[in-house]
Amino acid sequence: MTASTTTIQRVKISEISQNRKIITGIVEIIVAIFIYVVFASKVASDAITTFVMTPGGITVGKMANWIVPSQLALIILAILSLLIGIFQIIKGFGKATNGVIGLVFLFFIFSFLTWQASGKSLNLAGMLSSAVQFAVPITLGAFSGILCERAGVVNIAIEGMMLMSAMLGSLMGSIFNSAWLGLLFGVTGAVLLAALHAVLSIKYKIDQIISGTVINIFSTGMTAFISQKFLQVYQELNNPPMLSRFEIPLLSKIPLAGPIFFNTNLFVYIMIALLIILQVALFSTRWGLRMRSVGEHPKAADTLGINVIKTRYMAVLLGGIVAGLAGAFYTIGSVGRFDEGMTGGKGFIGLAAMIFGNYNPVGALGAGILFGFADSLGTKLSLLGSSIPSELMSTAPYLITMIVLAGFVGKGHVPAADGVPYEKE
Amino acid sequence: MSPILQLKGITKQFPGVLANDHINLTLNKGEILALLGENGAGKTTLMNILYGLYQPDEGEILVNDQRITVLSPTDAINAGIGMVHQHFMLIPVFTVTENVMLGAEPVKAGCFLDRQKTAAKIMEISKQYKLEVNPDEYIKDLSVGVQQRVEIIKLLYRQAEILIFDEPTAVLTPQESDELFVIMRSLTKQGKSIIFITHKLREVLEVADRIMVIRRGAVVGEANPKDADRNKLAEMMVGREVNLVVEKEVKKPGDIVLSVNDLVVADQFKQVVVDHVSFDVHAGQILGIAGVQGNGQTELVEAITGLRKSVSGHVTFMGNDITNKSPRAITELGAAHVPEDRQADGLVLPFPVAENLVLCTYYNQPFAKGVILQYDKILENSEKLVKDFDIRTPSSLTSVGSLSGGNQQKVIIARELSRPIKLLVASQPTRGLDVGSIEYIHKRIVQKRDEGCAVLLVSPELDEVIELSDRIAVMYRGKIIAVVNADDVTKESLGLLMAGIVPEKIEMKAGGKKVVETTF
Repeated sequence: MTASTTTIQRVKISEISQNRKIITGIVEIIVAIFIYVVFASKVASDAITTFVMTPGGITVGKMANWIVPSQLALIILAILSLLIGIFQIIKGFGKATNGVIGLVFLFFIFSFLTWQASGKSLNLAGMLSSAVQFAVPITLGAFSGILCERAGVVNIAIEGMMLMSAMLGSLMGSIFNSAWLGLLFGVTGAVLLAALHAVLSIKYKIDQIISGTVINIFSTGMTAFISQKFLQVYQELNNPPMLSRFEIPLLSKIPLAGPIFFNTNLFVYIMIALLIILQVALFSTRWGLRMRSVGEHPKAADTLGINVIKTRYMAVLLGGIVAGLAGAFYTIGSVGRFDEGMTGGKGFIGLAAMIFGNYNPVGALGAGILFGFADSLGTKLSLLGSSIPSELMSTAPYLITMIVLAGFVGKGHVPAADGVPYEKE
Repeated sequence: MSPILQLKGITKQFPGVLANDHINLTLNKGEILALLGENGAGKTTLMNILYGLYQPDEGEILVNDQRITVLSPTDAINAGIGMVHQHFMLIPVFTVTENVMLGAEPVKAGCFLDRQKTAAKIMEISKQYKLEVNPDEYIKDLSVGVQQRVEIIKLLYRQAEILIFDEPTAVLTPQESDELFVIMRSLTKQGKSIIFITHKLREVLEVADRIMVIRRGAVVGEANPKDADRNKLAEMMVGREVNLVVEKEVKKPGDIVLSVNDLVVADQFKQVVVDHVSFDVHAGQILGIAGVQGNGQTELVEAITGLRKSVSGHVTFMGNDITNKSPRAITELGAAHVPEDRQADGLVLPFPVAENLVLCTYYNQPFAKGVILQYDKILENSEKLVKDFDIRTPSSLTSVGSLSGGNQQKVIIARELSRPIKLLVASQPTRGLDVGSIEYIHKRIVQKRDEGCAVLLVSPELDEVIELSDRIAVMYRGKIIAVVNADDVTKESLGLLMAGIVPEKIEMKAGGKKVVETTF
């Protein structure tokens, strides 16, 4: 019998739908018009914006200032955005659509800064540097989330772990007069909370959201209590030594990147080191393969002799260590004292960064820096004496988080067994 | 020569059930032993004990005359025992290499995965046993048949000598099954020993060297495939005489009841899974939709019954356009639906039998007066249906969840068929049921057809489709690639169609056009 094989391929209802293509294009054109009408036309034609490219107080790795004629720069940015928008409507960018949206967004931010600082000077490098500082707790929080959720345990208690670690870091750092001991106690506190979360959600199979919420409430209450009872009464208990800035030889001499990444405090270095370690460990080692398998299909892992329960405990405890580092950053890396609720929801934003970064360390760092940039933008603009109220600007990071989560999430791959307790039948 | 594997007096008690009752089993080197039994007979429990997923209450396991204790799958793997699970134990987002190496990863420089080494080993195994596979592909991109090959390679990679296949053909087309049997033969020729778990008689007779029948947790007999016959084996399996052939007379179909026109349906990932499908179902006719699971049948049924929005096209029922109408509107027009997953979609498990029996009529007279339910009427209705449909339940107030699968299905059948209906959409109506219940449900469906009801039957079981249907439409990758008369089609050509291979002699018009003519 002669047989002919018919090959019928499955069609996708186009990756980027027609509607989305046009709406994206229209948004890009609106951005172009906005840049022109609101920014470019309001700037004096001879005004000049100076961008300082070296953070303040830094002497190595200097870079010359960047001087741009404000109006010309704005008009060019408006035209570029307009062209992108028109191309988007007519032909579309296909797979690069999201990247192009990002680019237009960048144009918008840059235009905004050019407009705000026209006739003045703005320390762009300082802003980026503070963006990285703001990104540290967010990114470390995201790393903590990646460790837990890649193994299949949802961890919304990162915020609480961070808060506990921040408080303990300050208290113990002050008592022993040692930043390192503060760090050690802070991390230990976070690991203990992680252990609690692990036992509740892995052993007792309690709903992981509830377990996480309970830990967050406990942490908020406990740290507030200790803060009111001791830290505020005896100020010497809330005055830990801090881990100060130190240079990395050679690397710190790179213009722009050097001062931002390689002439800063320990926590930024930890963040970069963890990025590399996690990225390699997750995808190129036995440990990473097994951990991911447990988060995807624990039963399959079990039938191949992998201890699902042990792997998950390990992942949550490691996540606790990283969350502890994120929390200790506040008191002994950045502020030098503990204030109630000082983590300000950054643990949750860390989870947003994790999702936005598609559960990848590199992506999480990118998202962390984006959110950090929003933070530093808010701070900077209130200093510049902008016409926009600083209270409004300080909502920027949260607004951006919401826009990002609503607009981009849902495409990535969530670990299949995330949040599902493992039962051996 | 002594047997490679011996199980002696294996007993396992679950709450309320004696799953394994002093089972003895011997497996010789190089043979295929078929373990035949109905769902719930205890075959899978026995194999899970052998593979270390359960611990037996009593009994011992001997490999090469050495007593072993299997506390975990690791112990089983170390003893040379491997298992191809009914539901594949593969991680879709990992590559073939990663899946095969998982748990036994070679490393270089102390801690980095050595993917090349595993890939080379896979190629070697693939060549030796003719298991064609590309090590770098992701599991989610592979067909089910190839995924199964990966499962087999996983075992061979771990140097398993005893291979357990748990219902391996449930997800395969007949052709893929035949290919699997060839692979199994080539494995035994190279010295591996196989335990083959199934409830399909045809396969047992085709591939096994020896047959062991299990019923209610105990061994009820052994047979030699050369001198065993289907009816005898079925009797052993069920414990009574079984009528394997559905009796139905030829009927002249009436008017068009359901008409599906150019229907396109997408799944949650916006992939087109039902691709311009058109067909008609007539009164007094059973149209069977054959096809391997996952070729769009589920979504097609959901679109017809109003559970899923279609992208384009029309569904017409008795002259009414029911495209994207609500399930209740469709039900009220006289359509009945026996869903694929009875526990998730067909029943409210914690509710009593009586309430489940009025799920589509509870708001009407006589079961409700205004907003108040009339429990006396609901119970009366239930007592009657329990008797008529032979539902084995302690009482009408027993929760449906505590009934057996067969009786749960009978509750659905009773609810749907007791109404005055003109269309029955039955999706895998006998999935996972014992032979007795299958027999009963088939009889009921044919009876409904004889009363002039139009029936749309969806099933991946080829035998069921052939025996029940008047006409058969074959679905492959979202399209209906052929519509044939049930009487003049062979199992083989249907099997080919299910694999997407269209023989030239079957006339076919695909894509957008009407493919069903009424040439009776």
